[in-house]
Amino acid sequence: MSQVAGALHDGWIVTKRNLIKIKRVPDLLIFSTIQPIMFVLLFAYVFGGAIKVPGVNYKEYLMAGIFTQTVAFGSSLTAIGLADDLTKGIVDRFRSLPMSRAAVLIGRTTSDLLNNLLVVVVMGLCGLLVGWRIHTGILGALAGFGVLFLFGYAMSWIAAVIGLAARSVEVAQSAGFIWLFPMTFLSNAFIPTDTLPSWLQPVADWNPISSIVLGLRDLWGNAPEGLARGSGFPAQHPVLLAALWSVAIVAVFMPLAIAKYRRVSTR
Amino acid sequence: MADAIVAEGLVKTYGSIRALDHLDLKVSEGTVLGLLGPNGAGKTTCVRILATLLRPDAGRVSVAGIDVLAHPQRVRQVIGLSGQYAAVDDNLTGYENLEMIGRLYQLGKATARRRAHELLERFELADAAKRTVKTYSGGMRRRLDLAAALITSPPVIFLDEPTTGLDPRSRLGMWDVINERVRSGSTLLLTTQYLEEADQLADEIVVIDHGRAIARGTANELKRQVAGERLEITVALDSEFEAVRAAVEKVCGEVPDADHLTRRVGAPAGSGTRTLLDVARLLDAAGIEPLDIGIRRATLDDVFLTLTGQAAEEDETKASGSATGSRQRTGRGKTGRDETEGVR
Repeated sequence: MSQVAGALHDGWIVTKRNLIKIKRVPDLLIFSTIQPIMFVLLFAYVFGGAIKVPGVNYKEYLMAGIFTQTVAFGSSLTAIGLADDLTKGIVDRFRSLPMSRAAVLIGRTTSDLLNNLLVVVVMGLCGLLVGWRIHTGILGALAGFGVLFLFGYAMSWIAAVIGLAARSVEVAQSAGFIWLFPMTFLSNAFIPTDTLPSWLQPVADWNPISSIVLGLRDLWGNAPEGLARGSGFPAQHPVLLAALWSVAIVAVFMPLAIAKYRRVSTR
Repeated sequence: MADAIVAEGLVKTYGSIRALDHLDLKVSEGTVLGLLGPNGAGKTTCVRILATLLRPDAGRVSVAGIDVLAHPQRVRQVIGLSGQYAAVDDNLTGYENLEMIGRLYQLGKATARRRAHELLERFELADAAKRTVKTYSGGMRRRLDLAAALITSPPVIFLDEPTTGLDPRSRLGMWDVINERVRSGSTLLLTTQYLEEADQLADEIVVIDHGRAIARGTANELKRQVAGERLEITVALDSEFEAVRAAVEKVCGEVPDADHLTRRVGAPAGSGTRTLLDVARLLDAAGIEPLDIGIRRATLDDVFLTLTGQAAEEDETKASGSATGSRQRTGRGKTGRDETEGVR
């Protein structure tokens, strides 16, 4: 069996194991769904009135941002899940088996991707209820969700490195989460970047989150003519950049995580 | 007979703590080696290295003739590991755990299923096969953990403190299972802090402390190293414990080993049965009727105390104040897990 086939075979077995957990202990899934719904409602009805984005209905503007934030936050599940397995010693068991060294990580990131999928479906329905619509047809819709899930999957690999480095589930939970706040808010997810101080605007424009969000708005027709898009290359090629960012993140963090897994020990 | 496990000059250091200090081990095919030592002696570190989980700083290791450091993945195909912390998945059923681990050992679907059922049957878990492990008792979890290590009937098995924390009945059950395993020809390396366990299960025993082997031999050979007889008394009531302790101290002339939990008091019986009679008279006068009183030949407990006690004293005079000397030790502590040992 080649290495890749082995990794997929073993990875799928671990994925199934993780999915059984979601089924039997749905708490994490439920809470990871409630949070984005709260964000949708809060921004749509609380902040929405105060934030004016010229040229667009704010609820339309908002959804791409919240989708992106949700899959980014969702990655912290990967950190928590891995830290949990480490503290319970099951990773020692896996590491003593003649299985692929990538399988535990592939299984984790894949089951978290499916978890994300469920959350996004619920969120999408919630968005439709508050008035968000996709205006570009089925292909645009699917392309948008493709970009979204690819990014979520990439973020999971960053979280995997965090989870393997954390010394407890609690640490993994905070560490997997906290950096995502500035990362998602310092972007065009909730506000046009031209409202930021001028020195901060390029940072926000080049933030991968901004590329994903703007890419989604383009693919879903939520970015009408005249909408402030930031400036420079990211404003012109958001979908391309979004894909590149995701691929680059996986290319860097997947090998990092696997190398870390080989050396990791139970605490 | 060929050696199934060979370790030469193993060294592993964590910061200033030397967990393994040039440890050598050899286990012949089809035999059981008991690795005996107190908390923090280096037992778990040793098993983790042999089972490919950890790389030593120095030394050579081979398992079933395969170089562990050069070919870890090949070693993983021939070993079964059951750890100190039962590493089974709480949210899966007993059956799901075994089937998953069988599949990850690269067994085919049908074989993995068949083996899972067989092992659940043999380990008396068939009735609980469809329950999540969360609902299992400590003994059931350990049995499942051991079953997981045996899915492929591996030729070499590592058991790291397989009965720590189990009640006496579950422990006997584990011993039966392990004994059965060994009769079927596997080579077994077992770590334990229970001397009776090593006595029961192991062909050869290596006593380790501070990462060094301080004695090796069969249980009988080790026992012979400690001469003399011991007085052992067990009382029924907590209220009598102190009086018994005092009586033994008076007669034997030294502070006895007194375990309040099991209400057992023991001390070297300098004058053999004379000592027994003297203590018995004192207890009789005090109106105490012990559950059990007698003279015992040296047990592995005595061996252990003698060996590790001396080692500890040497250490204190040699290395007082140094970081290695300050490592926490709990002596013969029989409860609790290795706190200083694992990697953290």
